[in-house]
Amino acid sequence: MTSRRFSTALIAALIAAMTSAPASSEAGDGRRSGYLFMSPQTRAMQDDDMANPGMLTVLEGAELWSRPTGPAGRSCADCHGADGSGMRGVAARYPAFDVAEGKPVDLAGRIRKCSAEHLLIEPPAFESRPLLALMTFVAHKARGTRVTTGEDPRLSRGIETGRGLWRTRFGQLELSCAQCHDDNAGRRLGSAPIPEAHPTGYPIHRLEWQTVGSLQRRIRGCLTGVRAEPFPYGADELIALELFLMDRARGMPMETPGVRP
Amino acid sequence: MSRALIHVPPRARAGEIIEIRTLVQHPMETGFRPLPEGGFVPRLILRRFECIYDGAVVFAAELHPAVAANPYIAFRLRATRSGGILFRWIDDQGAVREERAGIEVI
Amino acid sequence: MDFAALSRRRLIVTGLPALILGLSLRPAHAAPPPRTLTAMREFAGGVAPMNGRVLLDIPPLVENGNSVPLTVSVESPMTETDHVAEIALFSERNPLPDIARFRLGPRCGQAWVMTRIRLGDTQTIHALARMSDGSVRAASAELLVTLPACIEG
Repeated sequence: MTSRRFSTALIAALIAAMTSAPASSEAGDGRRSGYLFMSPQTRAMQDDDMANPGMLTVLEGAELWSRPTGPAGRSCADCHGADGSGMRGVAARYPAFDVAEGKPVDLAGRIRKCSAEHLLIEPPAFESRPLLALMTFVAHKARGTRVTTGEDPRLSRGIETGRGLWRTRFGQLELSCAQCHDDNAGRRLGSAPIPEAHPTGYPIHRLEWQTVGSLQRRIRGCLTGVRAEPFPYGADELIALELFLMDRARGMPMETPGVRP
Repeated sequence: MSRALIHVPPRARAGEIIEIRTLVQHPMETGFRPLPEGGFVPRLILRRFECIYDGAVVFAAELHPAVAANPYIAFRLRATRSGGILFRWIDDQGAVREERAGIEVI
Repeated sequence: MDFAALSRRRLIVTGLPALILGLSLRPAHAAPPPRTLTAMREFAGGVAPMNGRVLLDIPPLVENGNSVPLTVSVESPMTETDHVAEIALFSERNPLPDIARFRLGPRCGQAWVMTRIRLGDTQTIHALARMSDGSVRAASAELLVTLPACIEG
């Protein structure tokens, strides 16, 4: 209705906005970050630390990082350094293999385990503000680092599990992740571009959420989208998908905190 | 407590026009967001923003629910005197959050 | 004089200011909805806004209405005697017509504000600027708000 009033110039501008992408849009091997599927305005929001709302979450994480807590009055900083410099690049190799558990653990799981075992506190709930703040703080320390997840051979079984899930059709729509994000990446679903689903910006500030959220939240959202019952937070299946996706993005630079529409 | 990011150029010439950028953590709950169990999430927004510099409120804003979560406000000021610049946000319930930055005017 | 003619004349008289305001703001399009018009008229304080001098920079295509960056600037010397006193933003299709108001003065040096707003729908946005002499300038912009394909919940 309203769109009928739009002028020719405006339509031309819309087409230009939809098709423009910088010359550097493709990584050497053709893989493209979701960043490159965004409008110039949303990219600008991610690029400028003063405009990126995810940086507020990084700040929040920095506060929690050095705040003593639990019966022993310990903080993350006591072990890993006051400025978190010990975490430099670490998120770029997660999910990692956890020897005690004998399976992959993601950043959320590692922080929760650390909270229980070393800070001696009740681990922060999945997708809770403190957990996301710490995850964002740690992952921000890896910004610019190239993803190395999957180099550890002990992870190969988990990666294969993730690959299998990626190709499994889910929900009433009977769609697999691969059908959208491999077979139709770069095309559009409604007005929105379908990205290649590289998880290099997580936790992301998603405009739709109006807050920061994890890759698990994003995958659960996709599952709801195909009308499937999503796996619960922390489920092995979600960690396997995270692992598969990070391995698939190996070599791409981390962007945390990413901004996505 | 919420966080804020403030960008003020550390140094400016007297009379120079500088750009101030502010980003503050706040959900800006509109009051129009339905709850799954019925009803709405109660409104809670930052209502007012002010910038105090060199003895006066030099810029102020009245915000409504249509301002995006984590309000971002950038504006320009004429650098007049070295000293502090005070930023203040006030929410619906009167809670005040303040942030300070300094500038050297040469 | 019959009743119908009387009421028609009254309608014309009371409708005229709205018509003028609407025309001066948007010569090419329909007038904004009544509540937006009311809010803008209240801001203008009885003065008819004129086009020009206000630049409203907002992307024509919006990826997500939850956070739309916009810049508004007004041509003004920003002196004690001649400056922009206030800038207000109005929406035609949000639940409330008011978006934000900015109070400026000569110490700003430039009438320039950047912020991020929420837009519930494809619509026209209005920026009104009240000058120190009481005159009001206006600009508007149309934008198309698209939605992410996968909405959760």
